[in-house]
Amino acid sequence: MSRIDLDLAHSYKPNPQEDGDYALLPLKMSFEDGGAYALLGPSGCGKTTMLNIMSGLLVPSHGSVKFDGQDMTRATPQQRNIAQVFQFPVIYDTMTVAENLAFPLKNRKVPAHQIQARVGQIAEMLEMSHQLDMRAAGLSADQKQKISLGRGLVRPDVSAVLFDEPLTVIDPHLKWQLRRKLKQIHHELKLTLIYVTHDQVEALTFADQVVVMTRGKVVQMGTPEALFERPAHTFVGHFIGSPGMNFLPANVAEGALSVGGLGLSADRELPAGEIKLGIRPEYLRLVPVGAIGALPATVRQVQDIGTYLLVTCDVAGQTLKARLAPDATPPAVGDRVGLQVLGEHTCYYKNEELMA
Amino acid sequence: MQLSLEHVGKTVGPSVHLYPQSLTPVPGAVTVLLGATQAGKTSLMRLMAGLDVPSTGRVLVDGIDVTGVPVRERNVAMVYQQFINYPSMTVADNIASPLKLRGLPRAAIDTQVRQLAERLHIDIFLDRLPAELSGGQQQRVALARALAKNAPLMLLDEPLVNLDYKLREELREELGQLFAAGDSTVVYATTEPGEALLLGGYTAVMDAGELLQYGPTAEVFHVPKSIRVARAFSDPPMNLLAAEAVDGGVQLNGGPRLAVNLPERATRALTVGVRASALRVHPREGDVTLPGAVELAEISGSDTFVHVHTGVGEVVAQLTGVHDFELGSPITLHLNPAQVYVFDQSGDLLVAPERKGAPK
Repeated sequence: MSRIDLDLAHSYKPNPQEDGDYALLPLKMSFEDGGAYALLGPSGCGKTTMLNIMSGLLVPSHGSVKFDGQDMTRATPQQRNIAQVFQFPVIYDTMTVAENLAFPLKNRKVPAHQIQARVGQIAEMLEMSHQLDMRAAGLSADQKQKISLGRGLVRPDVSAVLFDEPLTVIDPHLKWQLRRKLKQIHHELKLTLIYVTHDQVEALTFADQVVVMTRGKVVQMGTPEALFERPAHTFVGHFIGSPGMNFLPANVAEGALSVGGLGLSADRELPAGEIKLGIRPEYLRLVPVGAIGALPATVRQVQDIGTYLLVTCDVAGQTLKARLAPDATPPAVGDRVGLQVLGEHTCYYKNEELMA
Repeated sequence: MQLSLEHVGKTVGPSVHLYPQSLTPVPGAVTVLLGATQAGKTSLMRLMAGLDVPSTGRVLVDGIDVTGVPVRERNVAMVYQQFINYPSMTVADNIASPLKLRGLPRAAIDTQVRQLAERLHIDIFLDRLPAELSGGQQQRVALARALAKNAPLMLLDEPLVNLDYKLREELREELGQLFAAGDSTVVYATTEPGEALLLGGYTAVMDAGELLQYGPTAEVFHVPKSIRVARAFSDPPMNLLAAEAVDGGVQLNGGPRLAVNLPERATRALTVGVRASALRVHPREGDVTLPGAVELAEISGSDTFVHVHTGVGEVVAQLTGVHDFELGSPITLHLNPAQVYVFDQSGDLLVAPERKGAPK
């Protein structure tokens, strides 16, 4: 296992001039030995490019990749000692489950008794012990992908295991079981796992640290809790959570905060100029109109989402959503209400980046 | 437009795709067909469209029998999972195609195309070909073309399933507004309970070729008439716990006793249904407790779904916000007995939680 340090940029074009020419903008980051990481972002954000650079399938156009301090920028996947799991099963149909799992170890001349012990351990973790002697060809797509996961995890000495959207072919109701398995396996095997996905549930459930990317840029690396409570960039606030964070333009002049022409007193010091307030729907509170520190708003829509109520309000030309407990008394459409936008959970952004 | 399905069924060879069922979608509103894959949603839609002929029963439009009338002789707009556009036509020509068929003058077509494109935020792509657009944009083109048709019946078969979740969120909200603004009868198939709730309107719950329940979406969600409906219309799945009728309420097997007023017809063996959102980590007055150990915390972005191993079996609790739980750590869940569902031996609803504050 290794610590991986990236200090690089990548462009698929020969002479990159502007930001848009880069698949990955200059970045510097480290993946600690034994950590569980996810690379999360919409399609085209650069997450697969980053994964391919780490695995050795792609040489970055600028900068370096280091494993435990050693330059590996041009090393092959074999030299890096990386295991990979792809979207679709990569297994030998003619072999049994056990032979498939043993293959990466046999290839490296691991002694037979060690192979048997390790294959047994991995099969048990994936609940495939009873299928070890079955031919892979007869198994369902779900089962085959489980073998692929097992093959990725079977070598105890890998630098890291890289997963590229590994649950794509898995049926939805099996997905959560496999997410749980991967998490448990990470606990037990302490391998460095790096997981690429566009699905927030997979990323936030699996990883201790989530790297959020957009347009070739890493906008935050943090715990799931940090991404929810303190998004470092407005994109993170928007992308994490359904519905995402509300944003409200505001202005700070001579230390005074104003929103839609109304002066409010913030509980912390703010930079002067145009800023944005970020409030999650979970933290936006409805109060009587005219309450101190509340913005006047008009209720546009009230939806019963079953486990909560979603109230959509118009305030100072903006749309804000508030999530209320299912037993709350909801307002009616057209009602004038007050919105408490300031509080300990409110985030403040300048140029889309978290300031306070 | 009043669409009516009367005892329609569909069998193909030896297999039953749809058991005979009747459905009259509320005119001018959205009706969601909710069910897992293979529930029969697409089969039912194909009968509505006239793409297939039912094996039994009749399809009526405004009281006139149209069973067997092919789709091209009906006025129906359809949107599919796959992004289907004319690949050699520009976005503008794609959207204009149903208008041209109607023989509208050029100027009127141009105005309408531009209006629809603006509403779906694809007006800057009007001169491009569909292949040059992202998946989300291509599906917007298909939606714009369906809307351009201005058909009295619009059928959408999981139109957002191939998009990633943020796009799905955006487009779902826009669709909700477009449906509300128009007067078409809309039928929308989805596998996701959350999508049905966000679209509102009416929901028909389907399972294994059967239509189980039809009514206003929130009402079907809050008062499912059977375990099957509750299971199909909950995400995460409703916790179903084995229980027994006892004096003064219900005894959970391996857990606490719940003070619940059972109706006379209650059987001795019961199933108690508890929504994940009814389980809390903070106690309130009148709660009973379920101690256990954390199996996994799943994080959706806005909620944490904690899977807990307890004396009554494995349950899932839905907590607002993102919370970190150590695997295997002890946890105590709290539950108000007034918030449980009770089903009888055959799975029919006996007791549903009282609804406070439900919007009208």
